[in-house]
Amino acid sequence: MTNPSQTESRAMNTADQYVKAIYLVQATEDGPASTGALADRLGVSPATANEMIGKLAERGLAEHEKYKGVELTDEGIVRARQALSTYCIIERFLVDVLDVEEFRQEARELESVIDQTVAERLDTIIDRESDCPDCFDAELDHCRELDATMPADD
Amino acid sequence: MGGAVSLSQSVTSDRQLARVLQVGVVLEELVEARAYEHYRSLAEGDGEAMEEAVEELLLEAREESGEHRERIEALVRELDAESLAHGEIEALVQQKYGRSKPESVEALLHDQLASEETAHNYYDGVIAAIEASDAEFGIDREHLLAELRDIRAEEAEGAEEVNEVIEAR
Repeated sequence: MTNPSQTESRAMNTADQYVKAIYLVQATEDGPASTGALADRLGVSPATANEMIGKLAERGLAEHEKYKGVELTDEGIVRARQALSTYCIIERFLVDVLDVEEFRQEARELESVIDQTVAERLDTIIDRESDCPDCFDAELDHCRELDATMPADD
Repeated sequence: MGGAVSLSQSVTSDRQLARVLQVGVVLEELVEARAYEHYRSLAEGDGEAMEEAVEELLLEAREESGEHRERIEALVRELDAESLAHGEIEALVQQKYGRSKPESVEALLHDQLASEETAHNYYDGVIAAIEASDAEFGIDREHLLAELRDIRAEEAEGAEEVNEVIEAR
């Protein structure tokens, strides 16, 4: 049986994936993130993206301006950077501990089941770059440091 | 620009299932190895003296996580996937223990609690992901879910036991 706190935890994980995506789209577009670009990045419909943007705005994590796009608030940026760190931990864990070659694809697949608390545990046995999560390249959509040591998979 | 991320919480292939189970194996090895490192650091008189309840808790946690690890490894093998070489994670934990070593028995107990709760929540997410998937796996679904639910319940009990020791101090 699933209790409310676990449902909440999974909903938070989805919110984390959204704020991370907004953060990265903002970085590549150098301005507000358009709903279309965000929906593309997340592989969801614009309507679904809009609904979640509304929820993030209610929680004070993002601000949405019609025809302009969505921008993270300071609180949203902190949350996005945390989510990005979690993602970097997943990538590095796959490479360093499990020797996974297709680590980018697999990191995306694992993102929905590995939340911040699990990542913090995994972080105790990996070595991240000191500038993490700034090591994450928004254009390339993966950690720049891992690119130097592993063959590209896309 | 990379591909779209998946917000789907379902596990759709044997490969994905094997991978999420391997992460479970790692989490169990982390509990197992960290409990042992905690025990060793206290036994060596590094800091506060070891209380009997704490000693018992750490030894039990180590044993139980070892059992969970073996059960999940068996599931991984049923999927014809490779399991991690046992001892690899233990070596990593030993090597890096110093940088995340709890500084008091209180902190150590909270670290142990976080380990148990994290494992519990992880299995909870994995079970939900399997339930959300209608994929046919190369392993009996009911057996898989029964094993994971059983281990999840034991993680909850483990967390409760740590809580009791924390509260009794």
